[in-house]
Amino acid sequence: MRRIITATVQNSSGVLNRVTGLLSRRGFNIESITVGGTEQEGISKITFVVDVEEERKVEQLTKQLHKQIDVLKVNDITHHNKVARELCLIKVVATPQSRSEISGIVEPFRARILDISKNSLIVEVTGKPDKVEALIDLLTPYGIKELSRTGITAFTRGTQSKQISDYQTLIV
Amino acid sequence: MKTELAIKEAQLNSRVEEDFMTGADVLIEALDNQNVDTVFGYPGGAVLPIYDALHKSNASFNHILCRHEQGLIHAAEGYARTTGKPGVVIATSGPGATNLITGITDAMMDSLPIVVFTGQVSTAVIGTDAFQEADLIGLTTPITKYNYQVTDVKDLPRIVREAFHIATTGRPGPVVIDVPKNISQEIVTEAFETDFHLPGYQPTINPNPLQIKRLMDAMRTAKKPVILSGAGVQFAKASEDLLEFAEKYRIPVTTTLLGLGTFPGTHEQSLGMAGMHGSYAANMAIYEADLLINIGARFDDRLTGAIQHFAPNAKVAHIDIDPAEIGKNIETHIPVVGDAKEALKRMNKTEVDCEDHSEWYEKVMKNKNDAPFWYERSDDLISPQWLIEQIYEETEGRAIVTTDVGQHQMWAAQFYKFDAANRFVTSGGLGTMGFGLPAAIGAQLGSRDDTVVAIVGDGGFQMTMQEMQTLKHYNLPVKVVIVNNEALGMVRQWQEKFYEERYSESLLDNNPDFVKLGEAFGAETFQVTEESKVRETLRKAFEHDGPALIDARIVKLDLVFPMVAPGKGNHEMIGVKPCEE
Repeated sequence: MRRIITATVQNSSGVLNRVTGLLSRRGFNIESITVGGTEQEGISKITFVVDVEEERKVEQLTKQLHKQIDVLKVNDITHHNKVARELCLIKVVATPQSRSEISGIVEPFRARILDISKNSLIVEVTGKPDKVEALIDLLTPYGIKELSRTGITAFTRGTQSKQISDYQTLIV
Repeated sequence: MKTELAIKEAQLNSRVEEDFMTGADVLIEALDNQNVDTVFGYPGGAVLPIYDALHKSNASFNHILCRHEQGLIHAAEGYARTTGKPGVVIATSGPGATNLITGITDAMMDSLPIVVFTGQVSTAVIGTDAFQEADLIGLTTPITKYNYQVTDVKDLPRIVREAFHIATTGRPGPVVIDVPKNISQEIVTEAFETDFHLPGYQPTINPNPLQIKRLMDAMRTAKKPVILSGAGVQFAKASEDLLEFAEKYRIPVTTTLLGLGTFPGTHEQSLGMAGMHGSYAANMAIYEADLLINIGARFDDRLTGAIQHFAPNAKVAHIDIDPAEIGKNIETHIPVVGDAKEALKRMNKTEVDCEDHSEWYEKVMKNKNDAPFWYERSDDLISPQWLIEQIYEETEGRAIVTTDVGQHQMWAAQFYKFDAANRFVTSGGLGTMGFGLPAAIGAQLGSRDDTVVAIVGDGGFQMTMQEMQTLKHYNLPVKVVIVNNEALGMVRQWQEKFYEERYSESLLDNNPDFVKLGEAFGAETFQVTEESKVRETLRKAFEHDGPALIDARIVKLDLVFPMVAPGKGNHEMIGVKPCEE
C-alpha cells in the first residue's frame, strides 16, 4: 500500500542523506520525496510516498525515522483526512494544428500552458496524483517529449471529521 | 632566501599564537571538561595540530597509542563496556578514519558509548579528493548514532558536549566528530557557546505507568513466566533491581550473550544464555512460557532462532529504552519504553499476588539439571570447555573476560559463569574477529586492579595481534589465551554440519609460531598441549606482572553444542546431551 509519511526535521547538513539512507538500508523503497522549508526558520518538512504492505513495517519505519536526532516529528498521514498535491511539468509535441486541441484538454484540469515553441508546449499541472495521471494519459497520444513530477507534498486538514475508509487510493 | 623569510614569519606567527587558543586547544580542553581519563589515539597528518596541542597541554587524561586504528576503537569499546564511561578515540583523516569503521559498526550494533574524533583535510580542499581525504560523514552516517563535521571553530565546544550527551544517554552508541585540519589550527577569537538544545532527541527514561500496570497484571495471571535479560540492564545499572524482582516472584532468568552477568550466572534461578548455543533449559523455558519479560534485549536472530517458533505461547512484554526495538522482530503485547532500572524499580514497588507457579519453576529447573552444558573430555589434547572452566576456577570467576567471535566465544559464554555485569566483553551483534585482544587493553586500562583475560581464537588473534605491542608498551597485565584449534572453528563447524565436511579455506594448519611471536612482543609466553599442564601454566601466567600469552592446543575437531540449526526453532536444539548430536 502507498503510504504518505511526513517528517519535520531540523535543517542541519546531511539531514536528507540521513533520512533517505535510513530508508534504503532498512529496505524501504521511496516512490517520491519532497523537501522544503516551513513557516519556521531552520525547520524543513519532508513528505515521502513509500509502498509498504505490513502495518508492522510502517510502524518500524516511523520509529526509525523518529529515532534520528534531526527528526522532530513523524506522521503517517495515509489514513488521515488530508490535502495532498503535486506539480508536474509536461513538454508535449504540439504542431500549430494541434495546439488549440491540446489547450482544450488542458483547460478543464486547470492546468496552464507555460511555454509555446514551434513544435511543443510546456504544460504545468498541479493537483492530486490521480488528476495529474489523468492529464498525462490524455496528452500521451500527442507525444510527450519530457515529463517531470515533483512528488507529493501533503497536509492534514484542519478538521479530521471522519477517517477516509478507502485506503487504497490517495483520495484528497 | 624566500624560505628563510617564510620560516621566520611562521616562527613569529607561532609565537604570537601561543597566547591564543587554537581549535585543537579548545578540543583538548573540551575533552578535559568531560572528565575523560583515557583517550585512545593514533596521530597522522590531519590531526597534527591536535597532537601538538595535546603535547603542550596539561590535560589530565592519558593518551594510549595502539598499533592500528582498529586496535584503538576496540580498546575504546572494551573500556566503555567495562567502565560504563564513554570510550574516546582520535584518528587521522582518510585511512586512519576508515580503519575505525569496523569498530564503529561494532559499537553501534552493541550500543556502546564511543566518541570518535577523526581528522579531516582542510575545508578549502574538502571534495577535491585531496591527500588522505575520505568522506567520513557519508561513510559513518549509517553506523553512528550521530555524526558531525565541524565547519566553524566556535561550534567545537558545543559539539563535543552534545556528542558526549548523545553517546552516553538513551540507548548508547558511537558519535563521530570530523575535524578539518584548518579548524583545529584556527585561532579562536570569538567567545563560544557551550549550551545545547536537541529538540529531536529526548529519550524516554520513565516508563508509562499504564504499561507497568499491564505488565504487573500479566504477572498476576501468568503460570509460566520467564525473564530475558539483555545488555540494557547493564547500561541501566539495573542488575540489583532485576535480582530483587526475579527473587521476589521466583522467576527463572535467562540472558542474551551480551546480557551475561546482568543476572548472577551461579544463581539458582539462572538458566544461562539462551539462543543458538544457549542452554536447553533457557530455550525451552522461552518456548513454553506464557509470559516472557524481555528487559533490555533486542530479540536478535541468534537469540530467537526461527521467529515463528519463538515464545509461541507467550504474552511478550518488552522493556527497552529504544522504542524502535519494540515490535521490530517479535510481536510485543506489552511495550514498555524506558530505562530498565526505572521500569524495574516501579515493578518492584507494585505488589501483586501471583498465581502459584512452583510447578513451572520445578519443570524449568529439572531441564537445567538434566541438560546442562556438557562436553567430553579428551584423552590427550585439551578440551576447550574444560580449559574455560580452569580459567574460571583460576580467576575465581572474577575476571573480566574478552573474546573474539566463534567457537571459543561460545564456550566462554557457556562455561565462564559471570556473576556481575560488565565483566564479559564480546562482540555480539557484529561478530568481529580480532576484537578480544584490543578490547582487553581497554578493559584493563579502565579497571587496573582486575584480572583481564582475553580468550581468543587462533584466527581472530592474527587479525589484531600487533596490539600485543600495546600491552608491552604500557605493561598491561592482560592474559591472552589462544584457544588454538588451527582452524576457523565455527566456520569449520558449519561446514561439517551443513556443507558435508567441505572445509573450504577454514583450516589454518600453517599458523605462525605463537610462542616466538609472544616472545618477540615481550610477553611472558607459554605453550600448553596437555591438560595436566594447564593449571600450572595458567597460574604462572596469572602470577606474572605483565602481559602473558598462552598458546593452548585444544582438541581440533571439537564442536559447540547444543545448537539450534539455521532456520530451526529454539525447541529443536541438537546436541542437548552427549550422543544426541
